[in-house]
Amino acid sequence: MNHAETITQGTHVAHGHDAASGHHGHEHHEQHFIWKYIFSQDHKMISKQFLITGMIWAVIGALFSVFFRLQLGFPDSTFPIMEKFLGEWAKGGKLTPEFYYALVTMHGTILVFFVLTAGLSGTFANLLIPLQIGARDMASPFMNMLSYWFFFLASVIMMISLFVETGPASGGWTTYPPLSALKEASLGSGVGMDLWLLGMAMFVVSSLLGGLNYISTVLNMRTKGMTMTRMPLTIWALFFTAVLGVLSFPVLFSGVLLLIFDRNLGTSFYLSEIFIGGKALPHIGGSAILYQHLFWFLGHPEVYIIMLPGMGMASEVLSTHSRKPIFGYFAMIISLVGITLLAFLVWAHHMFVTGMSPFLGSIFVLLTLLIAVPSAVKVFNWLTTIWRGNIKFTPAMLFALGFVSLFISGGLTGIFLGNSALDIHLHDTYFVVAHFHIVMGVSAFFGMFAGVYHWFPKMFGRFMNNSIAYIHFFVTFIGAYLIFWPMHYEGIAGMPRRYYDYSAWESFKHFQSINGFISIVATIVFFVQILFVFNFIISIFRGRKVTTPNPWNATTLEWTTPINPGHGNWEGDIPEVHRWPYDYKDDGNGNDFIPQTTPLRPGEESH
Amino acid sequence: MSVFLITTLIVLVFVIIYQIGKASEYATVLRGEEKVMAQTNRTIGWLLLATFVFLMWGIWECNEYFKGALLPVAACKTGQNYDSMFNVTVMVTGIVFFATQAVLFWFCFKYQAKDKVSTYFFAHNNKLELIWTTIPAIAMAILVAIGLRNWYEVTSPAPMDATVVEIVGKQFNWLVRYPGQDKELGKRDFRKINDANNVLGLDWTDPHNSDDIISQSGELHVVVNKPVKLLIGSRDVIHDVGLPHFRIKMDAVPGITTTLWFTPTITSDSMKSITKNPNFVYEIACDQLCGKGHYSMRGTIIVESQADYDKWMAKQTSYYSANNPAATPAPAAEPVKTDSVKVVTMK
Repeated sequence: MNHAETITQGTHVAHGHDAASGHHGHEHHEQHFIWKYIFSQDHKMISKQFLITGMIWAVIGALFSVFFRLQLGFPDSTFPIMEKFLGEWAKGGKLTPEFYYALVTMHGTILVFFVLTAGLSGTFANLLIPLQIGARDMASPFMNMLSYWFFFLASVIMMISLFVETGPASGGWTTYPPLSALKEASLGSGVGMDLWLLGMAMFVVSSLLGGLNYISTVLNMRTKGMTMTRMPLTIWALFFTAVLGVLSFPVLFSGVLLLIFDRNLGTSFYLSEIFIGGKALPHIGGSAILYQHLFWFLGHPEVYIIMLPGMGMASEVLSTHSRKPIFGYFAMIISLVGITLLAFLVWAHHMFVTGMSPFLGSIFVLLTLLIAVPSAVKVFNWLTTIWRGNIKFTPAMLFALGFVSLFISGGLTGIFLGNSALDIHLHDTYFVVAHFHIVMGVSAFFGMFAGVYHWFPKMFGRFMNNSIAYIHFFVTFIGAYLIFWPMHYEGIAGMPRRYYDYSAWESFKHFQSINGFISIVATIVFFVQILFVFNFIISIFRGRKVTTPNPWNATTLEWTTPINPGHGNWEGDIPEVHRWPYDYKDDGNGNDFIPQTTPLRPGEESH
Repeated sequence: MSVFLITTLIVLVFVIIYQIGKASEYATVLRGEEKVMAQTNRTIGWLLLATFVFLMWGIWECNEYFKGALLPVAACKTGQNYDSMFNVTVMVTGIVFFATQAVLFWFCFKYQAKDKVSTYFFAHNNKLELIWTTIPAIAMAILVAIGLRNWYEVTSPAPMDATVVEIVGKQFNWLVRYPGQDKELGKRDFRKINDANNVLGLDWTDPHNSDDIISQSGELHVVVNKPVKLLIGSRDVIHDVGLPHFRIKMDAVPGITTTLWFTPTITSDSMKSITKNPNFVYEIACDQLCGKGHYSMRGTIIVESQADYDKWMAKQTSYYSANNPAATPAPAAEPVKTDSVKVVTMK
């Protein structure tokens, strides 16, 4: 990597000239509030913007789930407090079915896209890529800023859609046409749906601007000595996340665009032979299933866009806090490659019961179950990483351990759903709800929490409060199992998802009391998340101050920066890297780790 | 006002919790950080172990709770294969689940931080990695093999002697059409749909339509031990014919005809005694979000003996005669015999 330095320096110089704020790496001027906090081009500030916007969305999305869980758990009761929040939609304290579906839809959209995509990789790709590969900023700080502001625009549009008269989109987060295409089909398919589509289009733009930036930064801006195989696994994971996003989000964009055409320009991409609202529509020859192919071509990689950052961060955190190298570094990278490739080849396993050819289905079964292999390798490697370690139960470590536990539980149920012969009964039941909430909901959130607790000192120069973090972990971890474990059984009993009320169903009405139990636990867990947000905000201002640049005794580059790094990250030269990121071993001076910047000792073999 | 009060209360509770957390932080510093950290670590180690025990107990309790609350025995042959495959998968994944979770929590407890422990520098081991790549691959191959065998069985073409019934979803109920005496479903066209007297848009110029029957109650009647093939369609948005008791479902997509078939083996009446539930009924659940009434899109299936079926069928009148009173009534004198052995297809 002889070029690395020139490239890094070169880009840095260029960036120094570009940047509107006009500051070179380590020269500090007092910046105007607007350039420092709002239209910032500093990757660290942008990452905080993503995180905080994501957290606001997460609270809204989670609050929605509490509202509809109240309906599911207690369909005969009224909750006047909901009327205060939702007005006409919960008149007398009872949700209308239309708004129930709107809440379900927005809960999914918000959490999948706005929190676990933008909020997760937006935060950690921005924070960690330059810091961990030794770059002063992203390849294009300006594009990076645009990425946030397109996300902000998408957020504003989505937020507006919550307040339109006919309500937000209500066709599920997957918004299958014709339901989402026809205003007559549902209230939420009116203006709310147009805003949803527009918001998602802006979201795709944001995601592409960010993703291209992450990829080019990782490929071009690594410091001297930082070969690809010396990158921390977080960077590998965030890199593949960006690759997945860049290759699959445009397909969602095309799907969304065609849906906009069908809705507004009278085309028939997804519509055929429909009689609705008392009249036959002129559309003929379209295919509703086409949309599902386009959607899931993003939708499935999206699952890995959500999972991979958590995997990377869990690897990093598990290794650091058990004071042991990650086991099977190369196997971890190869399994990430395998997951990334297979992610593009399995989308139709969401569509086994759409009437697609059984032969095609069987190919997707094979490819889908193949993903279990790299996933299993990762789990075994994580377990071996903590084996014979010296585990420090920091909050970050607990969440990383919880991540592994939940990833196992949620991953194993994927083996049921990926097998078409079993999916044919479980499809769209609570089994699916339980599966994906555990694996890409809670598990991904645990990866995110691990990241937040681990890198909070780097972001704000302070620690979060540990006692509250422990409460947060145990309640959330046990709560997640209490909420989602029983849902598997309901799914096995065939209980369909997205139902407003089960009391008319002979086959499902006896699950009423367990639904109530789930709702109570979900509400408690919600309040504990609010406690986390509270801890987060207060700790920014009042948390215990970090006194040493490397509070976790970690090996990676971000801990070689000052406690509160300025724009440009390092004062003086960017450090040079001499070894892989997981040298947790005796350094000869009584430390149990050797930073990446320490040259190899005479006779020491590099990894 | 009440919202304001509740919000204040919640914020107050959080402030108190935070202050307690903060106080414990100060106490940590006073009592010596190292010492307290070591103590906390031990406590957390025990808590994790307790969590594991609690979760295992919870799983046991959950099993007990749902015993008998799940679906009764599958009411068709493919459904029984389904259940046995399901059990095999539960066993395979169950072993992996308990083994890995136990190892995870045990390692946490066993290898929690202690003073002066040098960890074992163990960066990779090709043999181990090969083993745990191969074993999951073999396990998956077995599950795929069982899966595909069942998948091809359940998606295979319906037997020639299957009774053909059309079921069409609309917001928010199911329409069930029988081919009638001629054993052929007539043509239909969505442009001819009229909610008053032609709910399916039957083309009256097609003579096959003259004797087609649309079940008045919306019930789907089928004969026990006789294969039935459903031709599935939709009038408006995507629905899904979900048959939990037969462990099968299929989407209803506008513009496309999808199919599924099964051979019911247990009549509704026998199922009532099997489940000891006099109200038992085979239900058709819409499994694809289709709008505000999605949760109420319920259909029912009656599985009965041939004699009962014939009796029921005799009471049905053709949709044509019911909705075109002026027209010549379709011949319906003799009891309709629908156990056709002829292949029936929809034109």
